[in-house]
Amino acid sequence: MANYSTNEFKGGLKVMLDGDPCAIVENDFVKPGKGQAFNRVKLRNLMTGRVWERTFKSGDSLEGADVLELEMEYLYSDGDMWYFMKTDGSFEQYAVEKRALADTEKWLKEQVPYTVTLWNDNAISVTPPNFIELEVTETDPGLKGDTAQGGSKPATLSSGAVVRVPLFINEGEVLKIDTRSGEYVSRA
Amino acid sequence: MSIDWQPTAEIATLRERARLTGQVRAFFAARQVLEVETPMLGHGGSTDVHLDSLSCEATTPSGQERLWLQTSPEFHMKRLLAAGSGPIFQLARSFRDGEVGSRHNLEFTMLEWYRPGFSLGALIDETDALIREVLPGDPGPQRRHRYRDLFRERLSIDPFTEALDGLRRMASDKGGLDMEDAQRDDCLDLLMSLVIEPTLGREGLDVVIDYPASQAALARRHQDPEDGAWVASRFEVYRNGLELANGYDELTDASEQQARFHEDNSTRRALGKPEVNVDERLLAALRAGMPSGSGVALGLDRLIQLALGKGSVADVMAFAAPRA
Repeated sequence: MANYSTNEFKGGLKVMLDGDPCAIVENDFVKPGKGQAFNRVKLRNLMTGRVWERTFKSGDSLEGADVLELEMEYLYSDGDMWYFMKTDGSFEQYAVEKRALADTEKWLKEQVPYTVTLWNDNAISVTPPNFIELEVTETDPGLKGDTAQGGSKPATLSSGAVVRVPLFINEGEVLKIDTRSGEYVSRA
Repeated sequence: MSIDWQPTAEIATLRERARLTGQVRAFFAARQVLEVETPMLGHGGSTDVHLDSLSCEATTPSGQERLWLQTSPEFHMKRLLAAGSGPIFQLARSFRDGEVGSRHNLEFTMLEWYRPGFSLGALIDETDALIREVLPGDPGPQRRHRYRDLFRERLSIDPFTEALDGLRRMASDKGGLDMEDAQRDDCLDLLMSLVIEPTLGREGLDVVIDYPASQAALARRHQDPEDGAWVASRFEVYRNGLELANGYDELTDASEQQARFHEDNSTRRALGKPEVNVDERLLAALRAGMPSGSGVALGLDRLIQLALGKGSVADVMAFAAPRA
């Protein structure tokens, strides 16, 4: 891969740092009145999702990371691995480990497109769509006449996630959920 | 994809900017300081090792020549001083390659002024008065700190006497990067920018004086009465962690200035950076005699940013670098 110098560090650029692929989040140029310039850089470690803040001498460089983000549909799991398929018509499949799946495991639904991040052709993370429609598999019975008031109750969804829903929601209903906050949006 | 043609500053901000710039001009008019305009393109440029100049090829009466976009209007303004201009100021568009960030832009407006006969202390007070004129409300008291004392208070080291090993260790540790091969000044610069600067100007206007002699640039040097160590007769002013101004008791000795230019260029060679033509006309002007006095350069965009409470210099520039 090519090397990138600090002045090429733009948001989204993928580079290698301490052996892990990272995405540049923010890059600011710091310089005393007269003297050596530095760059304060925020990077998201793509393996762990954690954000690192690091300082570089201006002009230093990092190796680019061979990272691709592809749209893939979720197919199935054999309990060990989770299988996704590219949506570009190639039918190419990727097996994803539990560690890479992380929190996305609770938002899985067959045939829904996810963003799979590949590093050196291995899946390292999976991002769900911002909104997903899932069926309620378990919740306390709905309360008639309580549609206007506030109040909520837990509901288990078909993917395994548990979210807070309004009291009037019943088992079997399909709900629209915001996967970023894990919050109920509306009936689908 | 849409093309980002819109300004980086709001039109209302540009109106405020024009009003504040008018206040700056009125400040100097009231003090009988003459406004001047000097060239952006010159035959010489700044040799400063840490400033990268932009240059261009131009067709001039002497044929094809390389001209340098000025990193500050300093050299031309000093030639005016040597020619007997008396006190002068300028709002000068200045250019520094590679400097883009929330506090920097490739080209920016430098408010630079020179005061023949002024001591450094008198110019600090005038700079303070100008800043107070532009900032809304009372920014709090002015406090002066010796560079050396700041390091002693904040980092418990003497920046002049601490062994290089110790400085490198501290710089690596505080910066989270490898500074094991770094020069003394690079370590000090890192500690200054990452540890000390962010704390300055939080409760008033903090003025840093008596920089290391190695960071004198175009300033005179004098001896620290404490132990005779040489220090640069320079100051910088900070507000909200932002460096606003950088002033010198101006070096007027032509041969000393020439030696510093050549030293800069040999450091540039050693670092594999391009050499910059030494400004022979400035040296000739110094030989002819420039009156003693002090001068200061203030980043006008930063001052306006602070006055208007904006987050970045791009917010107060019509079109910041990426959209120029």
